[in-house]
Amino acid sequence: MQKMKPYFKDFWRYRHLLNNLISRDIKVKYRRSALGLIWSVLNPLLMMLVMYVVFSQIFHMTQLNRGDVEVNFAVYLLTGQLMYNFFSEATQTAMSSVLGSAPLIKKVYIPKYIFPLEKVAFSFVNALFSLIALVIVMIFTRTAVHVTVLLFWVPMVILFLFNFGVGLILASATVFFRDIMHLYGVLVAALMYLTPIMYDVSILPAWALKFIPFNPMYWFVSMFRDFVIYGQMPGINAWIGTCASALTSLAAGLLLFKKTQDRFVLYI
Amino acid sequence: MNIIEVRDVSMRFNMAKERVDNLKEFFIKKAKGTLKFEEFYALKNVSLTVERGDVYGLVGLNGSGKSTLLKVVAGVLKPTTGTAVVRGVIAPLIELGAGFDMDLTARENIYLNGAVLGLETAFIDSKFDEIVEFSELREFLDVPLKNYSSGMVARIAFAIATVTKPDVLIADEILSVGDFLFQKKCEQRMKELMSGGTTVLIVSHSIEQIERLCNKVAWLDHGRIKMDGPVEQVCEAYKELDPDAAAEQEARGKK
Repeated sequence: MQKMKPYFKDFWRYRHLLNNLISRDIKVKYRRSALGLIWSVLNPLLMMLVMYVVFSQIFHMTQLNRGDVEVNFAVYLLTGQLMYNFFSEATQTAMSSVLGSAPLIKKVYIPKYIFPLEKVAFSFVNALFSLIALVIVMIFTRTAVHVTVLLFWVPMVILFLFNFGVGLILASATVFFRDIMHLYGVLVAALMYLTPIMYDVSILPAWALKFIPFNPMYWFVSMFRDFVIYGQMPGINAWIGTCASALTSLAAGLLLFKKTQDRFVLYI
Repeated sequence: MNIIEVRDVSMRFNMAKERVDNLKEFFIKKAKGTLKFEEFYALKNVSLTVERGDVYGLVGLNGSGKSTLLKVVAGVLKPTTGTAVVRGVIAPLIELGAGFDMDLTARENIYLNGAVLGLETAFIDSKFDEIVEFSELREFLDVPLKNYSSGMVARIAFAIATVTKPDVLIADEILSVGDFLFQKKCEQRMKELMSGGTTVLIVSHSIEQIERLCNKVAWLDHGRIKMDGPVEQVCEAYKELDPDAAAEQEARGKK
């Protein structure tokens, strides 16, 4: 614990940098677009609309039933998408964050984990904006609201930690091996289809079902839906699945990053 | 008390003949057994102590390790062996404008760059006018930085970096930016800081400037300290090195 003290002190000194970097990202993203911040709500809404039209018109899915609960497909889709987009955006931007900050790292001392952390935090802010889109859709579809909805932030915060861990691993690996960027893009796409975002797990063949528990995103998505759609407490499996993957990735990420960060400057 | 203590620092770089930065090549080269690095020492067993209030110059030819040493002191590079300790807050002026985002306006960049240097937002608020005043760019405050000339960017950067009263100021060839009036202003600001007790570590190719500003100098040659001590002695010896260069420096000094 004594050894960790300088890290916290460092973090405290550079907390303003974190704020500034996040607000820079927001400004740069939405500057010079007439609708400005509205885009961050409009974008997930439009994306969902596209998927909704595809799945309802081509695949004839408008409703998913779980037991006797009827779930509107648009809400189901948007909840899954919100969580998965947070994961894929956070980890992919965190991955190139260290490389992208090369000019800074070469000239000034800054604790380097700031860069992946900032990207994950920025994606978190984006996910909060998507939440507004979700609320709009829920109102529009007259989805029943349960009191558990107040806990929507729990899976998001655990996912934040998971993303930060994965982001740290990817960011340091990418410094040494650039082609990981391309590999990871494929992985994220594959994992998306392995996560029940636009389908229910019940349609999966038996062999695929066996792999589902090993996909952390399955647990995050289902915990989020438990709170927001089904109005129930997630089972013990979901708690273990989310918390264990967050802790493992965070521990591995911090360790790997700490071990390699002094050599970053020689490779970027 | 020594404010900067560099003890027996060596800095090794692995210079791959061809740079391997992806998995595919790494595995191919590893399989073929052709993954070789050439070791190169940019600094070798360098020791240096700077006392509080010193203005310490580093001279040497290109590639002698001056900038590497500055980066080690600034904490940007971690030495392969040895230690570098700095007791106090460092303001690095290694390259002006590191951390600027060209899409943001000057106003936004002042806050961003201040944060890069570890300054508090409230502190920048209180010093904002001083920074703007010094850079003389008030009318362009809300223009994105990409529309600035490089001299204008340097003005802003210098103004932010020197607005604090750092314990140590590390400067790498920064006094060669901007027009001559601004250069004078920068030097004036440096002198103010020095008289306020700031320790300065400076790299410059202008011997004349080193002689004017510094009280101690170290001469680096191929990553080793060839000579260090009071400014007159070292600079005399350094100028002996190349008569032509010395004459040129002299001529520039008289201007």
